Amino acid sequence: MTQQILEAPLGLTAERMAVTQKVGQAPDPKWVIVARGIKREYDMGGEIVRALRGVDIAIGRNEYVAIMGPSGSGKSTLMNILGCLDTPNAGEYWLNGQLVSKMSDDALARVRNKEIGFVFQTFNLLPRATALHNVELPLVYAGLGSDERKRKAKEALEKVQLDHRMDHRPNELSGGQRQRVAIARALVNDPSMLLADEPTGNLDSQTSEEIMRVFQTLADAGQTVVMVTHEPDIAAHARRVVVLRDGLMSTDETKENFVARLGIAAPNLDESKVIEL
Amino acid sequence: MSFFQAVRIAFETIRVQKLKSFFSVIGVTIGVTFLIAVVSIVGGMGRYMKDDLIGKLIAVNAFNLRQRPDINLGNVTQDEIREWRRRPRIEASDVPAVAAALPHEVLWATQSSGNLVVESAYASSRTMQASTVSSDWFTIKKMGVSKGRLIALQEYVLGSPVVVIGQDVADHFFPGLEPVGRELRIQDIPYTVIGVAEKQGSVFGISLDKFVIAPEASPLNRWVNPHGVIDEMIIQGPNEVGMREAMEATRSVMRGRHHLRPSQPDNFALETSDSALEFWNKLQSYLVVAGIALPTVGLVVGAIVIMNIMLVAVSERTFEIGIRKSLGARRKDILNQFLIESATLATLGAALGVALGIGFAKALAAVSPLPAAVEVWSIFVGVGVGAGVGIIAGLYPASRAALLDPIAAMRQET
Repeated sequence: MTQQILEAPLGLTAERMAVTQKVGQAPDPKWVIVARGIKREYDMGGEIVRALRGVDIAIGRNEYVAIMGPSGSGKSTLMNILGCLDTPNAGEYWLNGQLVSKMSDDALARVRNKEIGFVFQTFNLLPRATALHNVELPLVYAGLGSDERKRKAKEALEKVQLDHRMDHRPNELSGGQRQRVAIARALVNDPSMLLADEPTGNLDSQTSEEIMRVFQTLADAGQTVVMVTHEPDIAAHARRVVVLRDGLMSTDETKENFVARLGIAAPNLDESKVIEL
Repeated sequence: MSFFQAVRIAFETIRVQKLKSFFSVIGVTIGVTFLIAVVSIVGGMGRYMKDDLIGKLIAVNAFNLRQRPDINLGNVTQDEIREWRRRPRIEASDVPAVAAALPHEVLWATQSSGNLVVESAYASSRTMQASTVSSDWFTIKKMGVSKGRLIALQEYVLGSPVVVIGQDVADHFFPGLEPVGRELRIQDIPYTVIGVAEKQGSVFGISLDKFVIAPEASPLNRWVNPHGVIDEMIIQGPNEVGMREAMEATRSVMRGRHHLRPSQPDNFALETSDSALEFWNKLQSYLVVAGIALPTVGLVVGAIVIMNIMLVAVSERTFEIGIRKSLGARRKDILNQFLIESATLATLGAALGVALGIGFAKALAAVSPLPAAVEVWSIFVGVGVGAGVGIIAGLYPASRAALLDPIAAMRQET
């Protein structure tokens, strides 16, 4: 399958194609992610499942990208690799100028801690810890002292407007509030990118909109955001949409092109509908 | 993650599951309780044996020259007993010979004892230990009087019918009366009480204050032993070395007097507190083995229990481990978290065991004649061993946790 790039977001098509072909060379610092020929295979009881068959992708600073695809497309596998939870069998993955694909377990843990902020569909908060403690957890593993951790965690919770609930446990918070705590946790260590996996999958439509608004605010403020989803409506919130199919990139286009091609309504985050959570 | 953070997390986890934590550490607690209790009791008994029991029966730096050993805390065969009976008695005539061979700073005294009928005008008659002694006896035994006086030199020379009596004897035979100056009849012969000895106390519940002591040359001598025979000669050196020298001197004199050839063993006993303690030392080594075996069993069981509980904990918290790893926890961080949790758990259990062991030892000492003295080193060993068990037991579960794949772990239902 060939990549159909109908229109390059941010006008960098040729550059993007070039940087993904220069195997072995560290990419320019303006690229947060450069993936070259990523392959990932699993041995499932004798049969080899090829989840990713050679994916090239380049994501620059400040981009707000959605990676879309049906189940089985390999988007979860790609997300795990981009999030340094998994390493590819073949190909290169450069994250912020570091060749991550050949790193040791411990080194990957360091990278996860410093560079990546995860937001999961199931929130993945520690159930018996307060919101504040959940948010400061990445800082614990970064080796920060107690006072500094609490200060940064409070700041992160303020960004998502949840500082007034910071001593509550997850089971005392609504779904939307839990996801906000997860977002605060993802931001607390100032990561290169926010990596969200179906962030609204467990939320109702109103709350989903709230969370999408939070992402929009963060993206507008300059945060690099990569969102993985199987829902076109959610994907359409990003500025750039990449579609995966059968382990390869199928399309890579702007939000406008994507919405037009699929014939769906462009999302409209109504600023007047500010919901108190 | 720092050490103290991990310890605090461990305390929090334990606090939330108090009952489960208690059951996890039961083996370690019991093991340490045994350790503390056995060490306390054995240590206390050892000290008691050495200082109180033996110390009271055999004076310091002294040995007894006897026909056969007096204090027998061990297994004596029938053959040995028969051999002892065949031995010649120590004779009064042996005394000057031995005395001549002793260095001049060495003290000696003789003692012969028997069970005789004693009566006074004020109480029923009793059969009790009566002894005749030579002049330095009271000095060697460090025995003084609480009333009256000791036997005078003249009285030794003349063989006067005077006695020094023990506190219990004074209480029984002269109830509410002043014993000194009164008459006591021993085997129907009258003696004058000249002194009441200081209270000696008791040993394993047996009173040491039931005795009467008369000079060697007094009429009592006929009753305690056949003529010319004594039970023992007590010899006290100024120090350990002096005592050993005196022992060897005594040995060679007695061997000569008994006409023993070099190949023949001694046919008399030179009894020091060492030999009396021999049996106790052997017993103590058995008790020490038991004192190590029992706690070890408890600790091994404890380790297995803790390991299993931790394995379950890891399995239940797989989701949490996955989250921590996704946020940047390295394998080492997860390993340490669970190792410290396991060690903290075991150390708390050991501390509980220390408290229980001390309580148990004190209770035992209060209700039985067994003395118990808590030895400080056993507390440190108990807690240290507890922590060690926690680390060893937690190693396998912690490494399982550390090696979990974060993606798979996060798929687990909480």
